[in-house]
Order: sequence, then structure tokens, then C-alpha cells
Amino acid sequence: MTTTQNPIDFPFSGGGTDDYVALVPPAEQAGLADGEPLVRVRLPYGGDAWLARRYEDVKVVLADQRFSREATLGKDVPRWSPVIQTVRSILSMDPPDHTRLRKLATKAFTARRIEMLRPRVQQIVDDLFDAMIANGAPADLMASVSWPLPITVICEMLGVPYEDRAEFRAWTDTSLAITAYTPEEIQQAQQDLRDYMKGLLTQRREDPRDDLLTALLQARDNDDRLNPDEIVQLAASLLAAGHETTANQFGNFVYSLLTHPDELAKLRANHDLVNSAVEELLRHTPLGATGGLFVRIAKEDVELGGVTIRAGEGVFADAQAANRDPRMFDHPDELRLERQVNPHIAFGHGVHHCIGAQLARLELQVALGTVIRRFPDLSLAVDAREVPWKHGRLVRGLQELPVTWAEVRE
Amino acid sequence: MSDSQWRLEVDRHLCISSGMCVGIAPDHFELEGDGSHALADVVDQDEAVVDAAESCPVEAIKVFSAASNELVAPTD
Repeated sequence: MTTTQNPIDFPFSGGGTDDYVALVPPAEQAGLADGEPLVRVRLPYGGDAWLARRYEDVKVVLADQRFSREATLGKDVPRWSPVIQTVRSILSMDPPDHTRLRKLATKAFTARRIEMLRPRVQQIVDDLFDAMIANGAPADLMASVSWPLPITVICEMLGVPYEDRAEFRAWTDTSLAITAYTPEEIQQAQQDLRDYMKGLLTQRREDPRDDLLTALLQARDNDDRLNPDEIVQLAASLLAAGHETTANQFGNFVYSLLTHPDELAKLRANHDLVNSAVEELLRHTPLGATGGLFVRIAKEDVELGGVTIRAGEGVFADAQAANRDPRMFDHPDELRLERQVNPHIAFGHGVHHCIGAQLARLELQVALGTVIRRFPDLSLAVDAREVPWKHGRLVRGLQELPVTWAEVRE
Repeated sequence: MSDSQWRLEVDRHLCISSGMCVGIAPDHFELEGDGSHALADVVDQDEAVVDAAESCPVEAIKVFSAASNELVAPTD
């Protein structure tokens, strides 16, 4: 079967349009149930590509080695940015090189290691909320908790000085822009972040410590196939991905709960729902401004969803659409914190499955559990329509989340 | 069973179906509704299964020497 549709413009939204705000999935994602399994999309640069949206198809595109990220490097592939990507990073590598590099950091992020951090994460969360309470209501939850929590944790893991956060936050924010900055500004910020990490790695070379940066250096010494630039890029990726996503997502989660009062009431009545609430919020909240921004190239002809993807063609996979596939989830557009079966792919799937998934879960579980327990009447301090959203970024998030409360518990 | 063979175990209670193992070692693992399965429990030595065990985010995959039962991966 070949598709008869004209290609639809992609990315759907996130380019600074008003659709980007709040947590509403792109309109084009609606009707997924009736749409063709794979559709043709037209990118601003590099031509047309396929877009997979169904849960099963998306998982195939993300996990099957016939679809390559590495093959996109340095090529005029279908893409949303005018820049042709030439910097090799963990996100643009395939096995076995990808495996070799990722394994340097994998051990630090396993479920077992991350669970050992729970008391420390709880202490950080408690301190942040204590300070927010001491300053009195109303407060900006983004500045008070959302940003300092993941930044503190990833700084402690990697061994990055917390005092440098203003600089690396700005570089990360710019690095992850779509239209908020120019392509030149985006590339410069990515370079500045790499230079910063390179400086820290040079310091660790002189002065080894008990941190992940030192561990990356030592692993490199034990395997001379590892390229020093790859280590720098990996460290930069861990710092950026280690705070930007969780910071934005915690704000998104709290906003989502405060605007779904029936679901919030269930969580307030039963704090044991926190872990399942985090999974459901992960599934339901479209963190990406638009789904599936990383194109893959078919290395050979692949039959998928009734179409033939030809060797050399680009394929996007929209995990957020997959997370609302009615074939997999009952009433997928509804937030249901008590959802029992929830095999969402909010952290991706396959070899690029988020290395920090267990850390993100831990931070979100602790932060959400604490805010529910300590603030039984937390509410938005402004009308929900007045809450300011960021624009032109890869990930959705709030500029500020003004909240207020009357009662506080220990 | 000879010294050159490995035995694979997947703990499906731990498995979160990340897809890591099927991405790294598609000749050795497949994902079902209940999680990852080894296509064969005993295999000839292949670094790809060590990579899969060492890359699993929840350490659900274990690789043993088939002859001696010693743990090959993951190791600390």
C-alpha cells in the first residue's frame, strides 16, 4: 500500500505558535485512531519523511537497528532546523559505538544505584520546601523547587559546581530552543556548554574526585577506543538532560494536577497513588513541544504499518502520540492517576531509552509526594489561563508557576 | 554445555520493557507483553549479550557461564 495523502507539514507545533502553550497535544495528533498508520510529512529543511504515530509502529522505529540515528550525521536529512548536525553525540550514535560510550555512565543510573539516592533527594526536597514556606505564600514553584531540585542532584552526581548553574542553565536553555534563538546562538550555546565541561574534565584530570566526571575519565583511560570529544559531549549531554527535562516536567505535573481537581482529590485522599500518578502524568503530559524530533534513516527497505519505507528515507517516531494510542490505552486523552496498566514510552524505547529515567522517576516521586503531603490545599495563585508558558523550545514548560496555600504540614 | 557457552536469565519482575536489550542484541532477546525474553537460554559467547546485561537500566538480565554458573555480567 502506498499513501495517497499529500505530505502534512511537520513539526506540528512548537515553532512559537499559540498551540504550543499549556499541555495540549498538537491538533494533528487528534484523530490518530482513524488516521493512516504511517503518514508522509514535509519538513522545513531536507524534504519529506515518514511519521510513525501508533504505539506498535513507534516502538519498532525506536528499537529496530534497521533505523539509524548515525546515518543522519552530516547529511541533508529531513529536519526542523536549518543546521546540518555534525557533532557526534550519544543521541546520534548506533550500536556498537553507542553502547560502548553509554556504558560508561549506565552503572551510575541503574535502578539500584538511583534508589540509594532516595534519602538525599528527600532531604533536598524538604529543604527547598522549608525555604519556600519560610518565604510565605504566594511562591513561584519553578524557582523554589522545580529548577533547584534536579540541578542540585545532577551537580552532586557529576561533580559540577552548583554555583555555575546560571551559566549552564542558560546554555542548556538556548541549546534546546527551536525558534526562541537563532541557529547561530543555538550552536554557540552548545559549544559553550561543551567547553565548560571540557574545563571541568581537565580539572578532574589533575584532581580526581569521587564523582561521575572522574569516573568517565578513568573509563576512557581503560578503553583507548573512546574519543576524548565523545566524553566531553557525553558529560555535556548528562548535565543538560539531567536537569532541563525534570525541571520542566515537575512544573507541568503540578499544573496538570491543579487543573484536574478530581484527579488531584484522589491523590490527596490516597498518598500511596504517588508512583502510579507519576507514571500516568509521564504518559499524559506531552513534554516535547512536538513529538518525535529526532529523525532516523532506514538502512534498508522496511515494511511497517502497511507501507514500504525505502532505504535512505527518513522516519520520525512520535512517542507522545503513541502514549495516547487508543489501541494501547483506554480513554487515552484522560488523566487517570489510578491507571493500572501503563506501558508508556515517555522515556523512549530501545537503545536511546532515557539513561536518567530512574533518576527522573525518583525526583518526580519524591517532589510530588512531598508537595501533596505538606500542602493539602495548594492552588494556583493566578487564573490557569494567566500562567506564563515558555515559547519556541523543544520542551514545554512554565516560565513561572505561581502557587499559594493556607495550610502547611510537617 | 561447554566452557564457551553462556546462560541467560531475564527477571521479568524487574523488567520495564525499555527495549535496551532488543536494541543492542536483537539476535538474543525479544519483547513480549510481559517483558523481555531470551530467544535461547544457552548461547555461544557473544559480547552483545554482555552489553545488553550491562546496559539494562534495571539490571534484569544476568549472564552466567553455562559450565561453572559464575556470573559474567553485569558486574560492579
